[in-house]
Amino acid sequence: MKPAAKTKKPSTGTNARAAELLHEPELRRIVDTVLRLAKSTGAEETEVHVDEVADALTRFANNAIHQNVAEHGLTVSVRTVLDGRTARATTNRIDEDSLRAAIEASLSLAHSQPKDPRLLPMPGRQRYRSVNRFIKPTAALSAEERARAVRRACDLAVKRGQVAAGIYSNGQSQSALGDSRGLFAAYRETHSEFSITAQESSAASWAKANSADVRAFDPQKLAARACDKAHLAVNARELPPGRYTVILEPAAVLDLVGFLFYDFAATALKDKRSCLNDRMGKQLFGQNISITDDVYHPLQQGAPFDGEGLPRQRVLLVDRGVPRNLVYSRAAAKAARKQPTGHGFALPNEYGEAPMNLVFGGGDSSIDKMVASTERGLLVTRLWYIREVDPYEKVMTGMTRDGLFLVENGRVTGAVRNFRFNQSIIEMLKNVELLGPAVRATGEEAFEMVVPAMRVRDFSFSEVTKF
Amino acid sequence: MWDLCTNALDTARPRGAAYGDVRVMHLRQRDLTTKNGQVGTLSQSESIGLGIRVLANGAWGFASTDRLTREGVAACAAQAVSIAKASALAKRGEVVLASEKAYVDSWQSPFRKDPFEIPLETQLALLLAVDAEMRRVKGVTLTETGMEFRKIDSWFASSIGSRIHQRKVISGCGIAATSFQKEEIQKRSYPNSFGGQHSLQGYELVESLDLLKNAPIVAEEAAALHSASQCPEKIGTLILGSSQLGLQIHESIGHPIELDRVLGQEANFAGTSFLTLDQLNKLKYASGIVNVVADARLDHGQGLGTFAYDDEGVPAQCTDIIKDGRFRGYLSNRETAHLVGLDRSSGTMRTESWNRLPIIRMTNVSLLPGTWDYDDLISDTHDGILMETNRSWSIDDRRYQFQFSTEIGWEIKGGKKIRMLKNPSYSGITTEFWNSCEAICKFDYWTLWGTPNCGKGQPMQTMGTGHGASPARFRNVRIGTAFSNQ
Repeated sequence: MKPAAKTKKPSTGTNARAAELLHEPELRRIVDTVLRLAKSTGAEETEVHVDEVADALTRFANNAIHQNVAEHGLTVSVRTVLDGRTARATTNRIDEDSLRAAIEASLSLAHSQPKDPRLLPMPGRQRYRSVNRFIKPTAALSAEERARAVRRACDLAVKRGQVAAGIYSNGQSQSALGDSRGLFAAYRETHSEFSITAQESSAASWAKANSADVRAFDPQKLAARACDKAHLAVNARELPPGRYTVILEPAAVLDLVGFLFYDFAATALKDKRSCLNDRMGKQLFGQNISITDDVYHPLQQGAPFDGEGLPRQRVLLVDRGVPRNLVYSRAAAKAARKQPTGHGFALPNEYGEAPMNLVFGGGDSSIDKMVASTERGLLVTRLWYIREVDPYEKVMTGMTRDGLFLVENGRVTGAVRNFRFNQSIIEMLKNVELLGPAVRATGEEAFEMVVPAMRVRDFSFSEVTKF
Repeated sequence: MWDLCTNALDTARPRGAAYGDVRVMHLRQRDLTTKNGQVGTLSQSESIGLGIRVLANGAWGFASTDRLTREGVAACAAQAVSIAKASALAKRGEVVLASEKAYVDSWQSPFRKDPFEIPLETQLALLLAVDAEMRRVKGVTLTETGMEFRKIDSWFASSIGSRIHQRKVISGCGIAATSFQKEEIQKRSYPNSFGGQHSLQGYELVESLDLLKNAPIVAEEAAALHSASQCPEKIGTLILGSSQLGLQIHESIGHPIELDRVLGQEANFAGTSFLTLDQLNKLKYASGIVNVVADARLDHGQGLGTFAYDDEGVPAQCTDIIKDGRFRGYLSNRETAHLVGLDRSSGTMRTESWNRLPIIRMTNVSLLPGTWDYDDLISDTHDGILMETNRSWSIDDRRYQFQFSTEIGWEIKGGKKIRMLKNPSYSGITTEFWNSCEAICKFDYWTLWGTPNCGKGQPMQTMGTGHGASPARFRNVRIGTAFSNQ
């Protein structure tokens, strides 16, 4: 096997930092090699995705590190077109023999299927907005630095008589996309995350932050917040299920409304599996709800191009409670006689597209203000194990977790045992009384979005658990 | 591959690794789907790389790489040791591993037809024919079919001298029909929802499912559900079909018995467990007819949790989890076994890929068959609801309180299925639910279901698990909760 591209020699040192990514010219060389090899195999059109990741994650529990990992990986994914048929093959080896094998596998897969009369020619050269989300201090954070920060967080928990568990991670990733019609796009970013659960007797609470810039959050402050709330969460009392006014912290909002994103895909409406079928243009949510998909928002992350290589556009999805626009892949746009919006997934796929960078409009009510103005309600830290019960009414079930508090007469008066909810997101977004400022929220059920805290009336809890 | 493994271990040892294990893995996958008569996904992928886990200064480090050169592997091994030493900056005790023998072995999962050797045209032709059968039914608005095949080679080597090669062939297949009418979406799937059935078999799995025969049945049921009655809200008798019971086992028995959860190692993400260590051999988990095992051996069946050795080099075993209703065992690894009085791991460490750390995972966690004929179970039920094929599932982070809904329900009155019910759901508390189990069907109705998408760990890993179950009856279950406020 002979090498297709000149790659960096890996360090043989003992540094516990994550591996470095290839430089853009090296990515381009891999793309060009695939395009050259594909041309010689008879492919009519060829598209190449190169994705590389170098991540590291320190995991702690019982006030000590118990898992600590690092990974490096690079994949080359090839889509070929032959006689109106297309398919994809992916490899993680970049020698010429392996790349050629991937091309041949793609052609063989493509050849095995009927012609697709709707298959579009690949797009040519595009122009992209520049976004800079590669932050050197994030990429440079070492295992020792993560360990020291974890140690400080755990020491705080120990001092409080609590038990801490969580993660501290950082990494860098990049994607390049090129095709035989001259398209080339490349993007790199860094990412970092700190998450902590503090446990005190049978109570627990949680805090988490996530950013391209590791300096954007302070692990120690997050640890202090989780520890404080865990202490407040002890001696939880049981309340009867029913409808309550809730103050949802941003993570709780995110994990619920995150389930809406695919409903804004034009393909989902065409397939009649979106909750927006027969509802576009109608007053579906409250007038205080506006949602945009905007990869360029300063609190967002992600490439300025989609899986088809088109530039991502900012799309107003919901305007003052009325669903106004959908997002379109190239094929969905052609079928609907619209313009593609740059939200397509890599082809071939059956899902089409989706908005991946939701930004909700916010308000000016802080959580403290919401609590102060609430006669009786529940303050919700986080939700858990959310699943769809009714896809059209968008009824979701799930549990509260890691800190549920009773609010009475404008103040938090104690902890409450966790509830199960069965709640329509559509109904919930009709019942929003107050909005906080929109922030970059991170949870565990949905990918990161920019959402506000919300006070919602008549939120439906159906059952209570044992803690 | 053994050279790569040796190179990694030889690099780690002089740098301070007191123990090390290495996995080189080569994963191949093929995915085919159709939607509304058109090919959807058509893709193939392969990935090969190496991951090394080391114990240095009494703490763990793990690193992985796809740079399978001598230099790349050495750098990866050195990085793992450095990471372990960093871990030691925040340790509060020494890692103690249960003893285990060294094994030199090679094993391949049994299959009759290699799915990667079956022509793609044959596979696609079957899916498109099944898709067409579903679309012939009036009222069906979306049809979906899919097949997924995997071939996984792993070469495991450890510093105690093990050298184990395993090859697994995994197949999966499923179909679904969806109907949107009058502001309601209804769906039916076969043989199971969320991708169908998955097992450690070759293409013979697909051929055994008789997709063409079942396509019109699920399509007609999807359309008919719109005119079915709403599942009532009540406390009553519930019969679960075997695939739904398989998921019930997964969520309310399989996860709580994971010892890493019990010990708080998953507290920040997957959660903990109500099965604290003081419950072992004491808790009456279920009624006396309930027997559950975690069995990774081939004798149990060709499940997604079947293997010869786990990813820590421990041979496959069968562990009693619930015996005659009593809680008897956890899923453990070499690090945690001693905490529950065991001198040996129960062999449940599994990894998704070369770039992930092995963690405690379900193997095949199965409810052993009972004594009932299915027809007798129905005819013996005076007033109950039969629920089949999962639609949604949710359980709290300590695995007490759950709620499931299924695609279809059937009202049973006077020993007969009298009418179809839509939007069925049930909920409860784990131990109360399992203690209400009072009839389990016999082996003739027992299926080893595959759950291919179990997520756990940080970074997230997806793992396949097996769950054998036959239909069973439960008394005094809360039914219809999910839709009670809508």
